[in-house]
Amino acid sequence: MTATAETTAGSRGSQPPVPDGAVTVTVKIRRFNPEIDDEPRWDSFDIPALPSDRVLNLLHHIKWYVDGTLTFRRSCAHGICGSDAMRINGVNRLACKVLLKDLLLKGDKQTTITIEPIKGLPVNKDLLVDMEPFFEAFRAVKPYLVTYGNEPTRERIQSVADRERFDDTTKCILCACCTTSCPVYWTEGSYFGPAAIVNAHRFIFDSRDEGAEERLDILNDIDGVWRCRTTFNCTDACPRGIQVTKAIQEVKRALLFKRV
Amino acid sequence: MQFHKYDVVIIGAGGAGMRAAIESGQRARTAVLTKLYPTRSHTGAAQGGMCAALANVEEDNWEWHTFDTIKGGDYLVDQDAAEIMAKEAIDAVLDLEKMGLPFNRTPEGKIDQRRFGGHTRNHGEAAVRRACYAADRTGHMILQTLYQNCVKHGIEFFNEFYVLDICLTETENGPVCTGAVAYELATGEIHVFQAKSVVFATGGFGKVFKTTSNAHTLTGDGMGIVFRKGLPLEDMEFYQFHPTGLAGLGILLTEGARGEGAILRNASGERFMERYAPTIKDLAPRDIVARSMALEVLEGRGAGPNKDYVLLDCTHLGAEVLETKLPDITEFARTYLAVDPVVEPVPVYPTAHYAMGGIPTNIHGEVLRDNDNVVPGLYAAGECACVSVHGANRLGTNSLLDINVFGRRAGIAAAEYALSRESHVELPENPAAAVEAQVALALSEHGQERVADIRTELQATMDANASVYRTEDTLKQALHDVQALKERYAHISVQDKGKRFNTDLLEAVELGFLLELAEVLVHGALARKESRGGHAREDYPNRDDTNFMRHSMFYKQGDGLSADIRLDYKPVTFTRYKPMERKY
Repeated sequence: MTATAETTAGSRGSQPPVPDGAVTVTVKIRRFNPEIDDEPRWDSFDIPALPSDRVLNLLHHIKWYVDGTLTFRRSCAHGICGSDAMRINGVNRLACKVLLKDLLLKGDKQTTITIEPIKGLPVNKDLLVDMEPFFEAFRAVKPYLVTYGNEPTRERIQSVADRERFDDTTKCILCACCTTSCPVYWTEGSYFGPAAIVNAHRFIFDSRDEGAEERLDILNDIDGVWRCRTTFNCTDACPRGIQVTKAIQEVKRALLFKRV
Repeated sequence: MQFHKYDVVIIGAGGAGMRAAIESGQRARTAVLTKLYPTRSHTGAAQGGMCAALANVEEDNWEWHTFDTIKGGDYLVDQDAAEIMAKEAIDAVLDLEKMGLPFNRTPEGKIDQRRFGGHTRNHGEAAVRRACYAADRTGHMILQTLYQNCVKHGIEFFNEFYVLDICLTETENGPVCTGAVAYELATGEIHVFQAKSVVFATGGFGKVFKTTSNAHTLTGDGMGIVFRKGLPLEDMEFYQFHPTGLAGLGILLTEGARGEGAILRNASGERFMERYAPTIKDLAPRDIVARSMALEVLEGRGAGPNKDYVLLDCTHLGAEVLETKLPDITEFARTYLAVDPVVEPVPVYPTAHYAMGGIPTNIHGEVLRDNDNVVPGLYAAGECACVSVHGANRLGTNSLLDINVFGRRAGIAAAEYALSRESHVELPENPAAAVEAQVALALSEHGQERVADIRTELQATMDANASVYRTEDTLKQALHDVQALKERYAHISVQDKGKRFNTDLLEAVELGFLLELAEVLVHGALARKESRGGHAREDYPNRDDTNFMRHSMFYKQGDGLSADIRLDYKPVTFTRYKPMERKY
């Protein structure tokens, strides 16, 4: 799947007024609609944008005023829902958390921003990928509290320190930035991937949970944690700042020393 | 067209929908139809907490919580429902903890609690620590925990299925709900789901406003579908503006910041809430704080180059409190405004946040077709519903509570109703016809109007004319604008004609719902010639219990986008609390 010709797409009619302080940027997007395209192509759009704009604003500008067929997911627009993971200038980011000012070239040179779908999942249309394999891996690690015996009448008691132990991995929003930045995941799609391991970690190190052994067995599998080659792409990609590689290492250690 | 048959169909997979699914799925054959992947729902954006009188850190009881909720709602709350919510809040929190939710803990290891706006000790004496929380991502943890438990229970999801209609079958005793019709985003196919009961949990419609904390996808689909069926919507004029949105952007900064001690200041650094709410100051309910902020700006005391916002001062809280208890909002301010809350105050201004009104239901989540009768088989819960526990103004944290208490109740009721019926009631003839026609029309060549232009103009007029303060003149302007936009909407052009993930079509359909709901909101705001809770009329500044201590009920008269709206009223349910003047 290599890119073919570069095209500049047409317009949807008159353009909205350009705000004061706007600069013109080129947004180069990898497009693919299996309904009509044999293979992916690149489209470039020159559009006005403010330095304070999020990349998501740029995509919306294109969709709303230039090419309504451009397709991507988005919802909350402030980095919480995890819908708009994409590859922006070669790295996985949420489009709603990257500001244009951080991408602008210095001087008068016109900036080009390259946007591609996240890698390793089948492309359904343009920047929208099939998330099913990703969620399948998530569901496979038993991502829920496992307990046995009678439930207490009130809450389970958990010390502040025990709660802190797994705090980092509770931040995961399942955006897939980490998993689809992992070179092992690109080449071996059967690997659970960082996000699933992060979510296993979230329960393995929760003092209330009694399912650690079941989960560790699953992750000790051929497609489990041992595939990780500690390239740290995942940690760099996480929009929530989770220490993903560290979490994977902690799961590996738990397997080696059979203790949590 | 594809056909499916279930006992229960739940529409929406945010907090209310998944809480309902966990109950329903364990009792009856249940399908959840959702426009978004479940973990994308906007419950995940809720930050500060979920109130319940656990009394883990200081004396508290659910009766005080009931009172606060009723007073906070400016006495338009149905008191029986508020009592249920406050009472069941305790189990709702404990249930979530048992499902795995990682609440912050006290030194003894119990669920920690923080202060929140309008929640008080002993009927208004002082702020009480009632909000159970997980840092400032309580909604995120609720959404994740509920999804995790749906996985555990093997709940069946139809992701990216956009429900566009419900099926009502006419019987001797009135309409009965018999299913739902969905458009599958991946393929463009229409699916009919026959069901014994249907639960709406589709969330709010904040995208009628420009400055909003709401997601792009919050377009009032469920409310719009119900309204188009001739069923009523309740109290739609009551819309909440959250005081602390990031100025100019609307991104939410939790009230939990003020719960932890943050202070609102005007341009001269004055703690202005001391003037408006001398007892609980910055922790007054949201309607009061939002109006106070707007007044500060109107009277020239706003901060910034254009004096158009106020400041949320967190600097005295210290880096540790911000990084551990309020990490997300600290990051939002840094990312989106390049302001570091540790060292400088954050520019904030009210942002459209929450619909108090919605699809009227009773305390079991059953949808009303008029003041007295329900639609058998039809349920609603969460922001799209109006029980009414929020009255004219919702207290902070009570939405996360609402989705858990009434999501659970609706899920149980829908499943039990389904199990009590031996067979499915027959679907109406050609159940998919209306949706097929709607989609075909949207895709046909019939105009040149751009969806984005109409939506932008709608949001601009709603922000300018139907926001924190309203008058007869501004509302008439808004009504005029919305009606003109509806006419233009009849000539929209959808550029993407394909079947595969046609989000261009999706946005066009969503805009149709937004326009209708905006009109209902403005219509109700014009008719309610008083100020109560989140509805503030400059030309009628006082509450008028003689004429308006009653719920509004809006009915669509006839078909088509330009149909009239009929306004009726429904009495408020009182139990033990007499309306009083609302002071804090």
